[in-house]
Amino acid sequence: MRESKLWFWHILSSVIILVLLGIHMGIMHLGEILSAIGIGSGDAVASEAVFHRSQQLMFMVTYILLLGAALFHGFYGLRSMLFELSLSKGLEKSIGALCAVAGIGLFLYGSYAAVYVFQMKGVLP
Amino acid sequence: MSKSSKQDSDIIMTARFEVLRYNPERDKAPHLREYSVPVTKGMTVLDGLHWIKEHKDHTLSWRSSCRMGVCGSCGMFINGMPRLACNNQIVHLHSDHIIIKPLPNFDIIRDLVPDLESLFNKHRSVKPYLIRKDSEEQNLPTGEFFQSTEELVNYIQFAYCIKCGLCMAACPTVATSENYTGPQALTQGWRYTSDSRDEGAPERAEELYSSHGVYRCHFAGACSQVCPKGVDPALAIQMAKRDAFLKAFGSRKQRQATSVAPPIENWVPKAEIPKAPEPTVTKK
Repeated sequence: MRESKLWFWHILSSVIILVLLGIHMGIMHLGEILSAIGIGSGDAVASEAVFHRSQQLMFMVTYILLLGAALFHGFYGLRSMLFELSLSKGLEKSIGALCAVAGIGLFLYGSYAAVYVFQMKGVLP
Repeated sequence: MSKSSKQDSDIIMTARFEVLRYNPERDKAPHLREYSVPVTKGMTVLDGLHWIKEHKDHTLSWRSSCRMGVCGSCGMFINGMPRLACNNQIVHLHSDHIIIKPLPNFDIIRDLVPDLESLFNKHRSVKPYLIRKDSEEQNLPTGEFFQSTEELVNYIQFAYCIKCGLCMAACPTVATSENYTGPQALTQGWRYTSDSRDEGAPERAEELYSSHGVYRCHFAGACSQVCPKGVDPALAIQMAKRDAFLKAFGSRKQRQATSVAPPIENWVPKAEIPKAPEPTVTKK
């Protein structure tokens, strides 16, 4: 049933990505439209705006959540594609382990960056 | 009117059959050979092949048996689609140019004969039979296992599979991934798992939900499109996924197999129905 759970998380992560990436795209690329309807404020990609968002708890949490979902979804997808190459059992296990290590490593590194910037509240403009 | 002139008058068109020929003992590679075939009303692709064998080339090889879409032997790649040769009339192909090749995704034994060993190995791997804890009852039955109409409807369409291999030939994942269990075997795994008389789901799970099982299906749906018996393997695979999901997260428990149905009281056999013969084989 391990594969069943992995597949479930794969589907769930796609839903999370759909929502969070939608919000991200809205904020980053639809600034003018959002401003016009009174939601957005100013230039979203200006460094001040980026730091401002990064230092809010809600954004830090969503960054980490999006990072986790995207990494899991991507690495599970990569693993699935590689498994279709009719590899040996041993090689499949190695690929699975490599994907897990790379995914966890990148997640920790990305989360560290998000938390680090969040903690710089008051230091940065 | 002589027999031959009557046959001539029945001819409605002449079809150009391009048939893949390959004799591994003689040919370096498969190649197409062309034959002109007089087509009569109702003539199937299989009839056309028989005509070629009878009149043009007796060395042409293929596999067929029942001629009525029941045995599943004559699966071929006809005009770009896996089909049963006996089940398709030439006129229904809407072309006078018929290209016939052996089923893709299988090795060729000779001409139009595919090597179906991988199909049957995968089929065997999902344990396509009833698995129960009461093996004694299975070996020496005292009655029939109960099954309601609703329980029968759950799996009946999947039981129509004739193991022709068309779904495996149409599946794009089977084409690229040799290890993929494939729509035929996965459907049969689900057919028995969803049978109320069966309790072998845990034993089948190893294959059904492996890293080459249901989760590798890309849901192209080609398997369901080509099935000559109306089986929907894509649906079976999705149902198997849902079942695994619900069981993995505890929302669905492993079902207990139905027991032997109690004898019907006050039942009087109809006189016109002959009595069933006594078992000829008994367990020692």
